[in-house]
Amino acid sequence: MGMTMTQKILANHAGLDHVNAGQLIEADLDLVLGNDITTPPAVKEFAKTGINEVFDRNKVAIVPDHFTPNKDIKSAEQCKMIREFARDKGIVNYFEQGEPGMGIEHVILPENGLVVPGAAIIGADSHTCTYGALGAFATGVGSTDMACAMATGKTWFRIPEAISFVLKNSLRSPVSGKDLILHIIGMIGVDGALYKSMEFSGEGVASLTMDDRFTIANMAIEAGAKNGIFPVDERTLDYISEYATERYDAGDYKVYEADDDAVYERVIEIDLAEVKLTVAFPHLPENAKVVGTFDRVNIDQAVIGSCTNGRVSDMREAARILKGKRVAKGVRCIILPGSQRVYLQCLREGLLEIFVEAGAVVSAPTCGPCLGGHMGILASGEKCVSTTNRNFVGRMGHVDSEVYLASPVVAAASAINGYICAPDK
Amino acid sequence: MKAKGKVFKYGANVDTDVIIPARYLNQSDPQELAKHCMEDIDNTFVDRVSKGDMIVSGPNFGCGSSREHAPVAIKASGISCVIAPSFARIFFRNSINIGLPIMECAQAAEGIGDGHEVEADFDTGLITDLTTGESWQAQPFPDFIKKIIEKDGLLGYIADENVQGR
Repeated sequence: MGMTMTQKILANHAGLDHVNAGQLIEADLDLVLGNDITTPPAVKEFAKTGINEVFDRNKVAIVPDHFTPNKDIKSAEQCKMIREFARDKGIVNYFEQGEPGMGIEHVILPENGLVVPGAAIIGADSHTCTYGALGAFATGVGSTDMACAMATGKTWFRIPEAISFVLKNSLRSPVSGKDLILHIIGMIGVDGALYKSMEFSGEGVASLTMDDRFTIANMAIEAGAKNGIFPVDERTLDYISEYATERYDAGDYKVYEADDDAVYERVIEIDLAEVKLTVAFPHLPENAKVVGTFDRVNIDQAVIGSCTNGRVSDMREAARILKGKRVAKGVRCIILPGSQRVYLQCLREGLLEIFVEAGAVVSAPTCGPCLGGHMGILASGEKCVSTTNRNFVGRMGHVDSEVYLASPVVAAASAINGYICAPDK
Repeated sequence: MKAKGKVFKYGANVDTDVIIPARYLNQSDPQELAKHCMEDIDNTFVDRVSKGDMIVSGPNFGCGSSREHAPVAIKASGISCVIAPSFARIFFRNSINIGLPIMECAQAAEGIGDGHEVEADFDTGLITDLTTGESWQAQPFPDFIKKIIEKDGLLGYIADENVQGR
């Protein structure tokens, strides 16, 4: 019986030739990640292990990106604690606000060459699944798992079943990876891939940019999946040759392919040319609706950024729509480049000027508003169109506020018009 | 090992943002987190909950963010067991790791009503609605899971095993 791509990576990291769905394994890890919310409890748990050093100073990454720049004293104390832990343990990949490599964790780990095809990665952050875009196995865990993994370099997994998504044709601009993943979650539901892998394949994959793939893999968790994963192709290798140059040159990565007779619980074919601009209505990412098929939704705020859509192509798409236009009266448009690198690129390309002239706020890279942290909290009754990943009750602020998930072009067009709409509106 | 208490019943897809909103995640003290447990789905929960009570919900309980603060808040609020048809996978792992008893049982989750008095036996897996007399069979907890619960989480369990192993 053949194995899926995910199963092959996990088998290899467990030193096994073959694994079956449902099997429990212990796997060696290539990278263990935490942020400023999940690392503090992990530090406390790590102390209980009785182990003094992390398993590998180069294979732990700590990114204070959620409530930073520190939003209040308690947040500052949490950041101080993990900064001191990182210093004490000699953790190489600790990122500080403002450093050239800093930004939102799932934007910067690939940018800093810390993710390569075939790697096995866990992160104390649910959107760790983003790295499946590069053909790695990556999944979210909690703080205790992070602590144990920092101590031992290992963790246990149940080998997941898989759903295969076979993509054909290509997306029609301005439809993007965000629309595709919202469409998929709308189709299978927020627990449609519970405990499972979402494996993407088919000739349509080649047409998806790396940024599209990051966005799609990022939201696998919103369908309940353990991971989302893409095959490795020329675009993937181009990406790692640019961002993980040393490891690429040294051949320090491994390309896995699913077996022809791999077992999938379900195979779903998607014609990319048929996917339309899509918005997820409150209060679940599965409430997907095609733009133009619903009644007017006036908005108070538009947020463009996050680990889902904070990359440079997202910024370019937003700028293309906002150029020469003005954000509608009564709407706050907040744009958060996902990293210092993205921010600098926006600066060099003149995108920041476009944003500011359009009347948008441009923020430092942070997760901030996505999880109702800071930099754009909603009041009662307010509605926000956002390129982030969750629209749960109270996610972005008051329990009576509403979040509508969309792509950067839809968010930008909505900011200009004051209601949720397509860019040609 | 048994748990007994009155039930707080919720629907499907209870996410970790409503279990413990991110605005309270600028610290991780269990008692502080417990003060805001379930706040965005039921702002009366904290005032009504007593030690031993249970949460029963629809499918995919604990979906969303990986915050371990969610099961920590539930446990610190006094909840003795969560029963649901299914749990989101990170929440499932986190609950075991911090020693919060969780049971997957679709029939029980459907059959038990809000406010009912329920008993869950972790050794046999039997869930009984004492209000109606109905009962359902779930998976019993393996010994190591019971030890993790006894030792207040995975790390307490590991430390204890290390001591006993020496």
